[in-house]
Amino acid sequence: MTDKPIQGEKRVFMTGNEALAWAALAAKADIMYGYPITPQNEVMHYWTRLAPKYGRKFLQTEDELSAGFTTIGGILAGRKAFSATAGPGTTLFQEPISMAEMMRIPLVMAIMQRGGPSTATVIYSQQEVNMVTYGGNGEGWRVVYSTATHQELYDYLIKSFNTAWTYRFPTFVLADGYQAKMREPLVMYDPEERGMKMVEATPFVGLPGMPGKDRPAAHLRNTFSVEEELYEAIIPIHQEYEAMIDHVVEWEEEDVDDAEVIILSHGVVSRAAKAAKNRLREKGYKVGYFRPITLRPFPEKQLQRVAAKCNNFLLAESALGQLARLVKEALFNVPVNKLETIYKPGVGFTAEELIEKIEGTR
Amino acid sequence: MVNNLAMPKSWNADTKPHKFCPGCGHGITLKILGEIIDELEIQDRLVFGVDIGCSLLAWDFFNVDTVQTHHGRTNPVMVGIKRANPELLCIAYMGDGGGYAIGSQHLVNSAFRNEKIMAIVINNCNYGMTGGQMAPTTLPGQKTETSPYGRDPETMGSPTLGPEMVAAIAPAGAYVARASIANIRQLKRFLKKAVENQIAGNGFSFVEVLSSCPTNWRTNAKQTWDYVEKEMSKYFKTGEFRTPDEKKEA
Repeated sequence: MTDKPIQGEKRVFMTGNEALAWAALAAKADIMYGYPITPQNEVMHYWTRLAPKYGRKFLQTEDELSAGFTTIGGILAGRKAFSATAGPGTTLFQEPISMAEMMRIPLVMAIMQRGGPSTATVIYSQQEVNMVTYGGNGEGWRVVYSTATHQELYDYLIKSFNTAWTYRFPTFVLADGYQAKMREPLVMYDPEERGMKMVEATPFVGLPGMPGKDRPAAHLRNTFSVEEELYEAIIPIHQEYEAMIDHVVEWEEEDVDDAEVIILSHGVVSRAAKAAKNRLREKGYKVGYFRPITLRPFPEKQLQRVAAKCNNFLLAESALGQLARLVKEALFNVPVNKLETIYKPGVGFTAEELIEKIEGTR
Repeated sequence: MVNNLAMPKSWNADTKPHKFCPGCGHGITLKILGEIIDELEIQDRLVFGVDIGCSLLAWDFFNVDTVQTHHGRTNPVMVGIKRANPELLCIAYMGDGGGYAIGSQHLVNSAFRNEKIMAIVINNCNYGMTGGQMAPTTLPGQKTETSPYGRDPETMGSPTLGPEMVAAIAPAGAYVARASIANIRQLKRFLKKAVENQIAGNGFSFVEVLSSCPTNWRTNAKQTWDYVEKEMSKYFKTGEFRTPDEKKEA
């Protein structure tokens, strides 16, 4: 049995779900807890086939609530534990995620968005942005990476374990059914062979020594008796979240300096946006491209800086304004000339329709 | 002044006197559990999980690593810990709402899978923390805040028989019993056997404890005791339902 599932750089052609399973192995995840839901099932299918070969574990739970809370248990025991879900599963997962936020539990998850609301489709959408960034009865203390390619699925799932265990906020790879199910090439690698240091997992419970004598007992709670007690507990969490932002926020921008219009998008839609921008540039249109990679924390300062150069935007998303809400909040108090939107809930984008839209309005 | 000598060693003296109401059965159960932790010398390898409801008041009760979870979710958190690190002993401690209503799917599936954890359900026939609503275990005819004219089994269902249910579905190796604060020696015997069953790694260990809630029952000391000893025990039979060798104490 080898500890290193991937040695050297390995160019592969596979589905996104398979890439996620390999990424979790490469990130030294110890255990996955999960419940079947389309389109994330193959993350479990590959993990259950691969895990025993590398001494890793799996538990199929009775539902997503249990998947979330058993994952939290695994993390409390000091293991790198993760899960994956989608759609109505993400809804159920809000409960354990909120506990992870309050108790600073480094929960790692892949969310493969499907149509919504309710059961909707098993195929694709970007309608879980609200829920993954700000769901639960809390303040959105989460890190959310919205990926666009299989390479990013692999890179950002590995990175998610480090982000989660460094800052102790639940961390997500937010993708979708298209990324889950399509095949494309990527390069798999062992992160430590590339010089990336993987943060060690440490237990919250079961540390050596007699509790109350050799060490304090871990008394972990999420309930507080009075208002001020809660206030004093959560303000430091908020401050630590704020202090983390500059260290984790990520975005991508191209050709913004002389742009007359900037296409805003995230996730897989940004591939159509980037292709449209490139082809319009070839035709002589001054088009720019901006894509938040972290939807939470949102690259506010970065978008504001771009808006100071060009304040005409075309926003495209496979939802009815979930990205737009984050963008509008980021651009509050910034003069915006035009924010045009194309909302296609549950439906994908092509570069051509974005090109047509921009050519039609010029 | 707190008399430390009367306390189990595993108790956290800094949080005593404890936060439960006078006459509540939680204190009795947790004292016995403390004695068992001491006798079996498991304080340094135990993780104690408490639910939402009155059980959460035990979040700092012991000098034992303790996790207070969400309503009904203590079983899966303990399952997750045990699966990740089987060296630890895990006890999920909850009320009848957490065990038989909001968390029933977790109890049922933990039992089906014979998870190597222990679960304790405190049955006091009502939801205590939220102010005395009807629970899965509320007796027929019993008045609560949400059954003010008495529980009518026709429209509100009959009381859940937890150990009977768990005993019916758990595989071999499980330990399942119902005890009562009205019989402390038996309660200690059953709780200890359940902990030992987990130490042996035989299977799921489950004990329901018939307990009291004078605050919400609005009963005095004698009425409270009578209700546990006479009324509750008529419906909820104490005894062992499953043991690893299938020899049972009635």
